[in-house]
Amino acid sequence: MPEHIVTKKTYFWIFAVLMVLTFVTTAVGMIDLGPFNVILALLIAVIKGVLVVLFFMHIYYSERLTQLVVVAGTLWLFLLLFLTSGDYFTREWLKVPGK
Amino acid sequence: MANHVPSLALRHQFGDVEQQKEASTLGMWVFLVTEIMFFGGMFLAYAIYRHLYPAAYGMGSNELNLILGAVSTAILICSSFFMACAVNSAATGQRIALTVFLILTICLAASFLVIEMSEWYDLHQHGLMPGLGFHTDKPDASHIQLFFCMYFAMTGLHASHVLIGIGILSVMTFRAFGGDFTPVYYTPIEVTGLYWHFVDLVWIFLFPLFYLVARHAAK
Repeated sequence: MPEHIVTKKTYFWIFAVLMVLTFVTTAVGMIDLGPFNVILALLIAVIKGVLVVLFFMHIYYSERLTQLVVVAGTLWLFLLLFLTSGDYFTREWLKVPGK
Repeated sequence: MANHVPSLALRHQFGDVEQQKEASTLGMWVFLVTEIMFFGGMFLAYAIYRHLYPAAYGMGSNELNLILGAVSTAILICSSFFMACAVNSAATGQRIALTVFLILTICLAASFLVIEMSEWYDLHQHGLMPGLGFHTDKPDASHIQLFFCMYFAMTGLHASHVLIGIGILSVMTFRAFGGDFTPVYYTPIEVTGLYWHFVDLVWIFLFPLFYLVARHAAK
């Protein structure tokens, strides 16, 4: 399988999008949008993160096994986040002493 | 492919250069997944305390300098871009360009650290360093201190990764200048790139969580 060399031009466009998103997220952060501040900031961060992983870290061009490791790692992270926070956020629903 | 590749290019346990490179990349990704879990635990602690004490998080967040945070984000993204260019230069066999891009990456990493240290110093001057004479006039001081515990623990852990990255990049710069890498063998540059982009990736999430999302929660 011939390896894929990503051009500097591709890198530049990804870099440009990342910079624009950084500016947008900072500008949006200065305005009070209630709960949408959190949603927008996290959404933009996830878009930036995916761009970095796919192009700067070459996962878009990688072989299936490496892609699988990244997807499995992310799923495992969400298991950690969801199960533990699920426990914390629902504990007060039952008035059990010593919660 | 030429038969006379440098001895570093192919170790005898691998069938060909491509397989060797894929094995190294995969190994690095497994390491990075452990790092993601490592930081993930801290992000979780952040989220739980933010859920419990949103007002204290909001007041703590407003003590941070948003512009400095945005500038250091831009600096890290720039350094990631230069690192990506370094990987491209290595793959196309441009030795001088590779060396220059690595040096640029190190310079930006160092300036990121300088900005971060100045912000830490500033927070310390304002008495916001947990444990070292922490004091604030705002209500709920103990939970504001908790916010700064999270802030210094997470940015500190990230800064230590930046510092380690500068060390690795320096070694790579010397090796690159000495002509250690060819288009056939540049796996160390590729793997260093993965590490460096990971450091950038963590900051991409740290910046909104500390500087942006809690700002308006103080009311």
